[in-house]
Amino acid sequence: MIGEILSVTFITGLIGAMMRMATPIIFAMLGEIITERAGVLNLGIEGIMLMGAMTGFLVTLSTGSLWTGVFAAALVGMVFALIMAVLVVYLGLSQHVSGLGITLFATGLAMFIYRLYFGSPTVPPIVKPFSRIEIPLLSKIPILGQGLFHHYSLTYIAVLLIPAVAILLYKTKVGLKIRTVGENPFAADTVGVNVNLTRTLCLVAGGALMGIGGAFLTLAHQNMFLLDVIGGRGWVAVAMVIFGNWDPVKGAIGALLFGLVDGLQLRLQGLGLHVSFDIFLMIPYVITIIALIGVSRRASVPAALLQPYRREDKGG
Amino acid sequence: MPGAQPVPDSTKGRYDLPAKTAANDTPVIEMRGITKRFLDNVANDQIDFTLHAGEICALLGENGAGKTTLMNVLFGYYSFDEGSISVRGEQVALASPKDAIANGIGMIHQHFTLVPTQTVLENIVIATRDEKRFFLNLKGARKKLLDIQKQFGLYVDPDTRVWTLSIGQQQKVEILKALYRNSSVLIMDEPTAVLAPQETVELFKTLRVLAEEGRSVIFISHKLHEVMEISDRVVVLRNGKVVNQKRTADTDVKELANMMVGREVLERIERQVVEPGEPVLEVNDLNVLNDKGLEAVKNFTLTVRRGEILGIAGVSGNGQTEMCEVLFGVRGAETGTVSVGGQPLRLGHPLSSVRSGLARIPEDRIHMGLLMDMTVEDNLQLENHWTGRFARNGLRKFDEIAANSQTLITDYSIKTDGKDAPAKSLSGGNLQKIILARELSSEPEVVLASQPTRGLDVGATEYIHQRMVEEKVRGAGVVLVSDDLDEVMGLSDRIIVMYEGEIMGEVAGSGADREQIGLWMTGVKS
Ligand SMILES: Nc1ncnc2c1ncn2[C@@H]1O[C@H](COP(=O)(O)OP(=O)(O)O)[C@@H](O)[C@H]1O
Ligand SMILES: [Mg+2]
Repeated sequence: MIGEILSVTFITGLIGAMMRMATPIIFAMLGEIITERAGVLNLGIEGIMLMGAMTGFLVTLSTGSLWTGVFAAALVGMVFALIMAVLVVYLGLSQHVSGLGITLFATGLAMFIYRLYFGSPTVPPIVKPFSRIEIPLLSKIPILGQGLFHHYSLTYIAVLLIPAVAILLYKTKVGLKIRTVGENPFAADTVGVNVNLTRTLCLVAGGALMGIGGAFLTLAHQNMFLLDVIGGRGWVAVAMVIFGNWDPVKGAIGALLFGLVDGLQLRLQGLGLHVSFDIFLMIPYVITIIALIGVSRRASVPAALLQPYRREDKGG
Repeated sequence: MPGAQPVPDSTKGRYDLPAKTAANDTPVIEMRGITKRFLDNVANDQIDFTLHAGEICALLGENGAGKTTLMNVLFGYYSFDEGSISVRGEQVALASPKDAIANGIGMIHQHFTLVPTQTVLENIVIATRDEKRFFLNLKGARKKLLDIQKQFGLYVDPDTRVWTLSIGQQQKVEILKALYRNSSVLIMDEPTAVLAPQETVELFKTLRVLAEEGRSVIFISHKLHEVMEISDRVVVLRNGKVVNQKRTADTDVKELANMMVGREVLERIERQVVEPGEPVLEVNDLNVLNDKGLEAVKNFTLTVRRGEILGIAGVSGNGQTEMCEVLFGVRGAETGTVSVGGQPLRLGHPLSSVRSGLARIPEDRIHMGLLMDMTVEDNLQLENHWTGRFARNGLRKFDEIAANSQTLITDYSIKTDGKDAPAKSLSGGNLQKIILARELSSEPEVVLASQPTRGLDVGATEYIHQRMVEEKVRGAGVVLVSDDLDEVMGLSDRIIVMYEGEIMGEVAGSGADREQIGLWMTGVKS
């Protein structure tokens, strides 16, 4: 058994699985980071991912175009984020309650729409999913090549988005505005930044990424829609935001670790040990919790997270 | 009623202005008939206000007079109900701070608008529109900032994170922020409230440089001698109205005080000398960490005797808050012991502090001292609701409680609609009286009052000072922590100064040397 684990194919396969499993979490985590850096916690993430997964699947099935499906998933993510914005940014409602409400609503709605189209089929409908792309030359590197450079285009996009979001946050004017809105909205307002508009735009951008993260699961990772397709990955993304201390690169490291453990448990299941597979399924989540306990003591939360901003409430 | 008030020509003020502004005497700012209501509370009532180039104009008034509100209106931060605003002779609509900034108006709020986790430079460049670029141009910004620093002699390292700076330095960052946007009008809301005397001197130098350049400064304060020292003209607000305005040279402290309060003011409380008794509060070698895990209080040792007021002076943020929190029982200590009336406290256990006979008057009365949504009566009961007098077998004795509330409301003259009114319906002074009533009615051995008059008007302040003295005469040991040096010097029998968590020195209260205390407050050992 040790021999099996140390074999080249096992390691290559594990790296590949890590990347695949991490992809939807990276999308969702980056979306959540952009949102939280502006001071809004979006707990609608799990529901938005499910809506993205369902919409992407449905649109691809009816148009035959995978990219149209991805685009539709992003769009539906934006719409739900916009609802969230109305509730928490403009009406100032509790971000926890609103986010969970959106998740419950979106979950019900996704199932409802799916049933409306397909009833309860014995064989679920399927799409022809994305195929993987080998990057010339790089994919020929021994051991690592096939693990790192033979993936779905969405996985490459997710990886490229990590530095892109980091640059956006730390190197651009927009990023400085976003961070200031999340740390001290009063300060942002007094230098002429539109706090609530910034928050809304961040929510919407984040919603698009969450929707795409969901669509990855029905259009690439799998080829069908199941109600539990997200399986708590939205919550894991929220955990990774904290694990990464609201930093895209550190968060991505967390997502990759989660992907690694997830890939590992799948392979351990395949080794035929006499342990219930539910135990294996739990492993990544248990490790996430343990990691969070270690990290969250030194977490530096955006100071204005969860606080609605009204001009005449403050300023004395 | 609206109409130009006779405004003294600022060119005849103390400072010579550049020729271009002297020739053109259109006011830089002209506010006419400004009325601002918060629901049915009229914060500004038909206010006319004019400002000329190169002028330092003081806006004087008690807490709640409407100074901040008026300036927030000018800064575009608050909308207003009636009136009009002109900048350099042209009527403008200031719908948001953006518009005000575009018109050259900069405001430094009382609560700084800085992001502690960002660098000085990041705080300054945010949302400047000088270049149409997507990426931050920190190099260019740094060069511009260094030029401004050189021009005005305001030096702060651009790359340090703001949370590591002292309050005085943070204020410099705020001024730099306004200058970076090339503000020609600088509004400063109570800028000296957080400064040590020497820092105030430095600030005043900066303001004079700005005025000499032809920029204008609106200096908000309720400290009379500062207004006399820095301003060319004083506008006095009371209850949302302009009661008077004068050239500073034509008035004096006494007249200003009377205009501000609307009656004769007692200059200071009679100092009553009592022979101090035995030690009643002993703090030994206390070391405390702040929320960031940094040392906030270092080797702090202190003895307070019955019948004396010990004043603790210092710029806020030098460990006073953390030290008080330890005594209040809401923060643990790394090392050290505290005893009240000879009995040791269990540090970090609030109940131990409550039972020790320590009256706790916290600086943040709204968040720590009171439950704003609960009634006056509930707030009066917070620390003794379980005692035999007010409860039996876990059930509250409502008759006893009601009688007690009524007595306290009368004795402490708390202005309220009744014991069942929510605390949030009371004014700041009356909220503080609830805390006093709760804490002092049990005749405590030690009274620890932290910033007890911060944000209160003259009447409430006088009342609280009077109570502190009465407690001392009764035989309690009183500790008064305040960043208002006048308050500390006026009341204390002994004064210690805290700087960066340490005691810099101690002097007797009567005849204390202000200069010496000021040096200690800025960390200069002598
Ligand atoms: N944001 C606000 N909402 C409601 N009332 C306010 C607000 N700001 C100020 N006020 C009220 O307006 C009055 C004037 O306050 P303010 O301008 O802060 O006085 P000052 O700065 O002179 O101490 C006070 O009665 C205060 O309670
Ligand atoms: Mg004010």
